[in-house]
Amino acid sequence: MIVQEIIFYAFSIVMVFAAAAVITVRNPVYSALFLVLTFFSAAAIWMLLEAEFLAIVLVVVYVGAVMVLFLFVVMMLDINVDTLKAGFIRYLPVALVVAVVMAVEMLMVIWSKGRFGTDAFPVPPPNPVGYSNTRALGELLYTEYLLPFEVAGVILLVAILAAIALTLRKRTGIKTQDPARQVRARRDQSVRLVKMKSEKPQGG
Amino acid sequence: MLTLAHFLTLGAILFSLSVAGIFINRKNVIILLMCIELMLLAVNMNFVAFSRFVGNLDGQVFVFFILTVAAAEAAIGLAILVVLFRNRGTINVAELDDLKG
Repeated sequence: MIVQEIIFYAFSIVMVFAAAAVITVRNPVYSALFLVLTFFSAAAIWMLLEAEFLAIVLVVVYVGAVMVLFLFVVMMLDINVDTLKAGFIRYLPVALVVAVVMAVEMLMVIWSKGRFGTDAFPVPPPNPVGYSNTRALGELLYTEYLLPFEVAGVILLVAILAAIALTLRKRTGIKTQDPARQVRARRDQSVRLVKMKSEKPQGG
Repeated sequence: MLTLAHFLTLGAILFSLSVAGIFINRKNVIILLMCIELMLLAVNMNFVAFSRFVGNLDGQVFVFFILTVAAAEAAIGLAILVVLFRNRGTINVAELDDLKG
C-alpha cells in the first residue's frame, strides 16, 4: 500500500511540474517536450489505476503520434518567440486568480463531507492474477460499443482527409514529372526516321 | 491509503493549470492547442479513476473515444495552423483579425 502511495505522489509531482512548465516556458519546442513528460507520468498513474491498455495507448498514440506531429509543426513553422510572449506578464494575474479559484472550488467539492472518500467509494481489491484489462475492454468495445467504435473509425478517416485536403497545394511553374504523360509517350512523338543517301567522306 | 479523492484532485489541479495556460498564452496558437490536450488529459484522468473505483469498464471505453477524437482534433488543428502560417506568415492570434469581428 505504501509503495503505491510513493509511486502516486512521485508521478503526480512530476506531472504537475511538467504541466506547469508546458504553459510557462518560452520555447514551444520545450513546451511540447514537457507535454510528453506529462503524458508519460499520466500513463504511469493510469497503470496504478489498473487501466493498462489505456496507459499503453496513451504512450503509443499520444507520445508516439500526436506529440511528434506537434513537434513537427513547431519546428516547421518559423515562429518569433518574443512577440508571442508579449502580454505574458499582463495576463498572469488574471490567469492565476482564475486557476486558483477554479482549483479551490473543485477541491472543496471533492474533499468536503467525504463525498469521494473511502466510505462512499471503498478501495476496490486488485484484479486477480489472470485478469486481462485489454481483453475485458475489447469484449466491451466489440459488443456493446460496436457502433460508436465504427463511428470513431469514420472520424479518424475524416480527420485524415481533412488534414490532407487542407495542406495539399498545387504549385504552378515548377518542373515536375507527370507519370501519366511519360507512360503515354509513343515512339513517333519523339523519333523521326529520315531517308537519305549515304555520304562520302570529303576529299578522302 | 489512496482514495478516489486523490485522483480527482490530481485531475482538478491539471485542469486548472491548463485553464491558466490558455489565459497566459493567448497569443500562441500552438500552446493553446497543447493546453486543450492537457485539459482532455485531466478529464481522462477522472474517467479512469471513476472507472476503477466504481468497478465499471465503461469509463475506460469513454477515454478510448476521447483519445480518438482528440487525435483527430490535433491533426486538423495543426493542419489549419500550417495553412494559416503559409497564408499569413504569422500565428499570432492578435493579428488574425480579417473578419473584423
